[in-house]
Amino acid sequence: MAQAQLPVSGELPQVSGHHPTAWKWYDYFTFNVDHKVIGIQYLVFSFVFYLLGGLMAVVMRTELYTPDADVIDPNLYNALLTNHGTIMIFGWIVPAAIGGFGNFLVPLMIGARDMAFPRLNALAFWMLPPAGLLLLGSFIFGGAQAGWTSYPPLSLITANTAQSMWCLSIILAGTSSILGSVNFVVTMVKMRVPSMPWDKMPLFCWAMMATSILALLSTPVLAIGLILLLFDINFGTSFFKPDAGGNVIIYQHLFWFYSHPAVYLMILPIFGIMSEVIPVHARKPIFGYKAIVGSSMVICMVGLFVWVHHMFTSGTPPWMRMFFTVSTLIVAVPTGVKIFSWTATLWGGKIRYTSAMLFAIGLLIMFVVGGLSGVTLGTAPVDIHMHDTYYVVAHFHYVLFGGSVFGLYAGIYHWFPKMTGRMLNEPLGKVHFLLTLIGANLTFLPMHVLGTQGMPRRVAMYDPQFTQINQICTIGAFVLAFSVIPFLVNVIWSWGWGEKASGNPWRALTLEWTTASPPIIENWHRLPVLTHGPYDYGMNGHDTSPAIATHS
Amino acid sequence: MKQLPASIWTLTVGVVVTLIALWAGNHSGFFPEQASLQAPLVDNFFNLMFMIAVALFLLVAGTIIFFTIRFRQRPGDEEDGVPLEGDFALEAYWTLIPAVIVIVLGIYSVEVFTQMGGFAPGGGGGNHLFMSHHQHHEMKTQLVSDDPAENAPEFKAEYGLGGAGKPDVTVTVTGMQYAWIFNYPEGITAGELHIPVNKSVQLNIKAADVIHSFWVPQFRLKQDAIPGHDTELRFTATKVGDYPVVCAELCGGYHGAMRTRVYVHTQEEYDQWLKENQFAQNPDLSGAVAVNSED
Repeated sequence: MAQAQLPVSGELPQVSGHHPTAWKWYDYFTFNVDHKVIGIQYLVFSFVFYLLGGLMAVVMRTELYTPDADVIDPNLYNALLTNHGTIMIFGWIVPAAIGGFGNFLVPLMIGARDMAFPRLNALAFWMLPPAGLLLLGSFIFGGAQAGWTSYPPLSLITANTAQSMWCLSIILAGTSSILGSVNFVVTMVKMRVPSMPWDKMPLFCWAMMATSILALLSTPVLAIGLILLLFDINFGTSFFKPDAGGNVIIYQHLFWFYSHPAVYLMILPIFGIMSEVIPVHARKPIFGYKAIVGSSMVICMVGLFVWVHHMFTSGTPPWMRMFFTVSTLIVAVPTGVKIFSWTATLWGGKIRYTSAMLFAIGLLIMFVVGGLSGVTLGTAPVDIHMHDTYYVVAHFHYVLFGGSVFGLYAGIYHWFPKMTGRMLNEPLGKVHFLLTLIGANLTFLPMHVLGTQGMPRRVAMYDPQFTQINQICTIGAFVLAFSVIPFLVNVIWSWGWGEKASGNPWRALTLEWTTASPPIIENWHRLPVLTHGPYDYGMNGHDTSPAIATHS
Repeated sequence: MKQLPASIWTLTVGVVVTLIALWAGNHSGFFPEQASLQAPLVDNFFNLMFMIAVALFLLVAGTIIFFTIRFRQRPGDEEDGVPLEGDFALEAYWTLIPAVIVIVLGIYSVEVFTQMGGFAPGGGGGNHLFMSHHQHHEMKTQLVSDDPAENAPEFKAEYGLGGAGKPDVTVTVTGMQYAWIFNYPEGITAGELHIPVNKSVQLNIKAADVIHSFWVPQFRLKQDAIPGHDTELRFTATKVGDYPVVCAELCGGYHGAMRTRVYVHTQEEYDQWLKENQFAQNPDLSGAVAVNSED
């Protein structure tokens, strides 16, 4: 590689003598401390849970094809909606984006051989399978049915065993997230190659930094809320029992103090993925590196002070409604900066229509819809009408599906060659993209209208006047479910028999592309030296034309 | 790019986007009919934001799609793109303009919120039927034995939308799995809400078991009923008719079925309804029967 393979003499001479050079398939099922193994463990684990959560959504949409509760029992419906939300957040987006891509990429991008605390890292991952099993096992006891928000008193009086399992599961996942975050911060502060100053660190790493700080500040608060809830259910305390002097509003504050930032935990790493994918496939330097770093940090800080906008119609005094309206609107500014920066990155580029790039562009447009509807929801006067309606469901699916899931797909198409040493099939990827785009809009766009007209969320039965629009949404959900098939076929086939990938198939400039695909254990024989920035496309004489791009 | 055509293009795009946005802002057409004084306030505010949102969406999405097509890789071109890393003026614009927009929207939403009565919860001080008791059983017994004379402790709503002065009608609303109960100071208990048109109505909202949320989409008003916390809604219905009352907060398996109606009457009809029900339910304070029959 032209850029980063200048040998450093005296660097770990006998490192490859002691280790195998590649992992066997069964190593991926063990307590392995290699960050790359752990990253792939996270990704595969979370994708399985994505399929489970998606299946739940399909059952719910089938139920909603008709106004009456005629497919499943309404209590089971509530269990599905609770676990759909929980799984998609704690079992899919958070572990895939932070655990999966974070673990695989951060050490490679900063030129480190592993994370700072490899055993802690493995421990953090292995907390998730029990957390997932607790959620699935809770269905034996009816499943938690109080929504992923689990507001008391409903959560105190409904399906106690399942609700307790739900609490334990989230506490486990939260602990895992805290451990992971500590690891990321220390790794990035201490383990960058000496030649990488802060302002040459790839934007994905900056996004992970903001994400980790946010997770460290907010996750403990959720854990506190859920431990109190667990005690109320099982040990006779009454923190949230109004008839025994408890206060149900306090729970909402504890819950949303974490769970609004959780939205940023789910989107900041995705923003990081965007900042990597777009420059590579547009052959352009990222536009406004410092603005993107700054906006991540601003989102991280302001994001801690917007949580009450989820409580505008509950116990919220007027001044609080207004304070949090304004703080919520402010988040739109740094988010806009990112969108505009990526758009400007496209200008003057030589854009490749790869599957990764298509998902990234799809994300840009979908996320703009979600962001704009978020602004309308963020204002108290409109939220008093829209709160807890399908408008909210539409909004957060545009952000979390159109944003996070599109971003995860973009990341998978982009880094699959690095992770597995095989290319994904591009035509199948494009079919997958088209189906996903159509399915997502068909499912979620009409929901704006449903909510505005008066359909509340989280209902198994609804007023017959909403039947037609619900049927469109249900058909959209079937398209979405179907869209996973080409992707699954593609991944499974390509992983085994796909075209071999070179070390740097996209001719990208960040450090993870300077090693083999898949990277050797401990990443490099000799650590790379940074000779240019991560996005210097067409700059500083770093011509990345194919002649020098082959590296194996 | 040549100067003149570029500016003509920009102008055309600007005009078209503005026209579409203006049209969309006035024809969003998603809302159900407006039946309270607050409804037009919410709708106008939403439509303003919708107009801005449509304009921004067209500009941003249009730009993204245009760039994607215009700057696609041409066959055989393996060069990199223009090495442009930033532009301070441009970045300042797209930070400051959205900042100004959200600040204006923030100020405007405070204004709308004030007009809706958002800064006056607890100020309305209506006549309250219930003490702020939270025990389930006591709630139930009180539901059937409301005696206007015994309302010793004040109803103290910390949260909700209030209003100054004495309301014309005060109704106590209780949410329970899975029904709404409406209690009138005249000693009437009903399963639907009956109110006169163009009169200020005060709802004192309570919950008997779990959190519910009182929502009338046609009024654009929603307030949670919270066990242990009194809440209130003050509004004036402006259209005779009947509208759905929907529970908007997940409250259990049959949450979706927790629906009833609000009947907005003319004053004469309302008086008549009051008289009939007072007579039927209350000659000797035996309201318990009526409660059971009306759920």
